Amino acid sequence: MALLEVNDIHTYYGNIHALKGVSFEVDTGEIIALIGSNGAGKTTTLRTISGLMEPREGAVYYEDEDISNTRADLLVSKGISMVPEGRGVFAKLTVEENLDMGAYIRRDSGIKDDLAGAFELFPRLEERKKQVAGTLSGGEQQMLAIARALMSKPRLLLLDEPSMGLAPVLVDGVFDTIQRIANEGVTILLVEQNAHMALQIADRGYVLQSGEVAISDTAANLQQNETVQKTYLGID
Amino acid sequence: MFKWKTDEFSWVDFTIDILRILIVLGVVVGAWNTLSSGRISFAQWVNLFAAGLSQGSIYALIALGYTLVYGILLMINFAHGEVFMAGAFSTVFLAEALNRTGFLNEQPLLAILLMIMFAGLVSMTVAILLERVAYRPLRGSPRLVPLITAIGASFFLQYTFRGLYGSGFKAYPQVRILQGAISIGDINIPVVQVFVFGSALVLMLGLYWLVERTRVGKAMRAVSENKEVARLMGIDIDWVIMFTFGVGGFLAGSAGVINGMFRPQGVNFFMGFIPGIKAFTAAVLGGIGNIPGAMLGGLFLGVIEAIGPNLVLAGLGIPGANQLKDVIAFTMLVLVLIFRPQGILGERLSEQKA
Repeated sequence: MALLEVNDIHTYYGNIHALKGVSFEVDTGEIIALIGSNGAGKTTTLRTISGLMEPREGAVYYEDEDISNTRADLLVSKGISMVPEGRGVFAKLTVEENLDMGAYIRRDSGIKDDLAGAFELFPRLEERKKQVAGTLSGGEQQMLAIARALMSKPRLLLLDEPSMGLAPVLVDGVFDTIQRIANEGVTILLVEQNAHMALQIADRGYVLQSGEVAISDTAANLQQNETVQKTYLGID
Repeated sequence: MFKWKTDEFSWVDFTIDILRILIVLGVVVGAWNTLSSGRISFAQWVNLFAAGLSQGSIYALIALGYTLVYGILLMINFAHGEVFMAGAFSTVFLAEALNRTGFLNEQPLLAILLMIMFAGLVSMTVAILLERVAYRPLRGSPRLVPLITAIGASFFLQYTFRGLYGSGFKAYPQVRILQGAISIGDINIPVVQVFVFGSALVLMLGLYWLVERTRVGKAMRAVSENKEVARLMGIDIDWVIMFTFGVGGFLAGSAGVINGMFRPQGVNFFMGFIPGIKAFTAAVLGGIGNIPGAMLGGLFLGVIEAIGPNLVLAGLGIPGANQLKDVIAFTMLVLVLIFRPQGILGERLSEQKA
């Protein structure tokens, strides 16, 4: 059974037809990469799944339930969490408060342990837990955004361009972290322009082109695919 | 302060600099005249200052409502003065009843607490309804639209209360323990002023705790910073916005009762207008959207209003200076908007927020 099934969704920005029938599936435990160039519809796809936008046609199923028109804040308690593009940390809140907001929907007693777990995953955040998030470096903000998204204990984690704007040394670290999170059993849907890195950790991938899925295959095959190599991996 | 090195001569900058010089001169000359004449004794200055702080703490409580809503929606709720009126006016009847039964003077603290809770709840309800009925459907529309709606809602509330309770003035009953004064040397501070300042302080500390320490307070700050990401955290932003209006309403309602203890007369359907605008001035003065700014701005405005006319205007030989305190308040608003639009504690507004 697919954890997430995106079925022929059409999403618009006003009159602009951004997604023209995107379909794909994410199975439990997988890492799926959505790759494509700027404006291909990657972010729009994530925004539609996470409930920030509604598809005008088609449907999104999560655990066989139609969530196409469910509000974003309600999807968090169903187990979907998203790290938005550009990280979106609350700059005026401290690191600790940002993590508290990640656990906003929870009232159980395990929050403290999970906070400790987050600090174990990212020791840098513990050093800066009383600092407001706006003073963190780009890499630290990305760690915080990921740690915060994990605080809701998601089963499906949506990541929008986690490597964007990071120095190459940090990019490796981010992808290592994603791999570790997946090993803990969280299903991951990853949107990336850095197709090279994304396909290295992904199980399968979809290539989006002008609002449609152009190619879908296993990550290994995509890495060998000529079109993918030329267009997205920069190999001639 | 002066821009001597500007590339081009600008009449606007020139006029503003002249204005600055004139204001500074006026304040210095006026203050010098007053102080050198010794017309007002030290004890009298202390009294003016204390009265100013009391009035200012009432402005501050109302100003917090403007600033909380602005912080989260970037919208000025110009009907907020009427939210204050609603609590103050409704509670007059409770106060009269408590006075008739004698409870008001037997258990004054309990009775006042009851009145503050009641006024707070009435104003909270009005504020929440206002948000739900008048503002929420207009969210996302151009900024002028909710502004006009606010003025309409303001009239609606004023005339609803006139319809309910008539257009006459009502007065809060006197509370015995608040009469009299505390004397330190030759300085006499009325007890009621201590009560006003003290209770406002408690409410403001409560608000600070709510916003800084509680889960919902953090959510308010998160929503004010980024609504979309707040939704991704699972925060129901409509609920948080409603809660924010409610908190602002509660503070305004309590301010209504505190104001009723401070200035018993003058409760009527129109009573929210002037304090509403003054509190708005205070919020702008402190930096709109900034919570400590609203507190500081309110206290500052109250003190300036009390001291300014006697210190500056009287010194310049302007007759009836004390009746001109509204002039001082609104002159402050204009000056702040010209010289420091972001307010005392405000940060410069970015393009997106301005």
